Amino acid sequence: MAHAAQVGLQDATSPIMEELIIFHDHALMIIFLICFLVLYALFLTLTTKLTNTNISDAQEMETIWTILPAIILVLIALPSLRILYMTDEINDPSFTIKSIGHQWYWTYEYTDYGGLIFNSYMLPPLFLEPGDLRLLDVDNRVVLPVEAPVRMMITSQDVLHSWAVPTLGLKTDAIPGRLNQTTFTATRPGVYYGQCSEICGANHSFMPIVLELIPLKIFEMGPVFAL
Amino acid sequence: MLDVEAQEPPKGKWSTPPFDPRFPNQNQIRNCYQNFLDYHLCLKTRTRRGKSTQPCEYYFRVYHSLCPISWVESWNEQIKNGTFAGKI
Repeated sequence: MAHAAQVGLQDATSPIMEELIIFHDHALMIIFLICFLVLYALFLTLTTKLTNTNISDAQEMETIWTILPAIILVLIALPSLRILYMTDEINDPSFTIKSIGHQWYWTYEYTDYGGLIFNSYMLPPLFLEPGDLRLLDVDNRVVLPVEAPVRMMITSQDVLHSWAVPTLGLKTDAIPGRLNQTTFTATRPGVYYGQCSEICGANHSFMPIVLELIPLKIFEMGPVFAL
Repeated sequence: MLDVEAQEPPKGKWSTPPFDPRFPNQNQIRNCYQNFLDYHLCLKTRTRRGKSTQPCEYYFRVYHSLCPISWVESWNEQIKNGTFAGKI
């Protein structure tokens, strides 16, 4: 989860998110360099005593400051597209879960084996135990195995919602009448939080998502399923 | 409609619906619906020919894994009432 006043991205829990963090660092460095260059040029322009009322054209400089930004944009676009295609790779999933958005809670369906269906409501403030996270913790978490490709099918029963877990690099809209698929592979166990990311009414801020990722061996023992 | 328990595979055999190249995109609604239709078509055809409907289990497991159960229930209700719009 994010800590208070956090500005940067959360630590990655999936390979795609790791790539996204590296890309973000790369793009942000380019942005900072350009900003500082422009600010420095502006500063020099504003503080110089030199004057020249004779400037007509500067073909060489114009060429450079057209070609160089084009090159910089290509350097940003190539890694970006690489990651975009990486998210679409065919990765034979080993587990499928459905997540259905309602106003204002999520329903999760584990129907590969048997039928486990449950709702996940945010814990109201009065029901929080000491140590629980306000506005983030839920009554029933989504329990999933680590290091197994998981396929999430996301839809909505009423209005638009969005199922997001930043640490896994996931955000997929829950659209009524549509069944969106997203896949991920978690690399480490833990409890990870996300929040509904599409405005959906009065309690849009109060329908969080909590994933509990456990080792595959323990998951296979079936603590999740009442079979 | 066959009983759900009878459709369950032995533990360890069924994992999850594999990637279906007919539906490569993000919106898998057609994947879910097509398998539902295929299951009922398979049942109808094999029952008509007097054969075992065990091979239809595959379609059942795929749509059961992919489709939200509320959709499946409403489709089954429509089939029971004779108002289902699909070709089965």
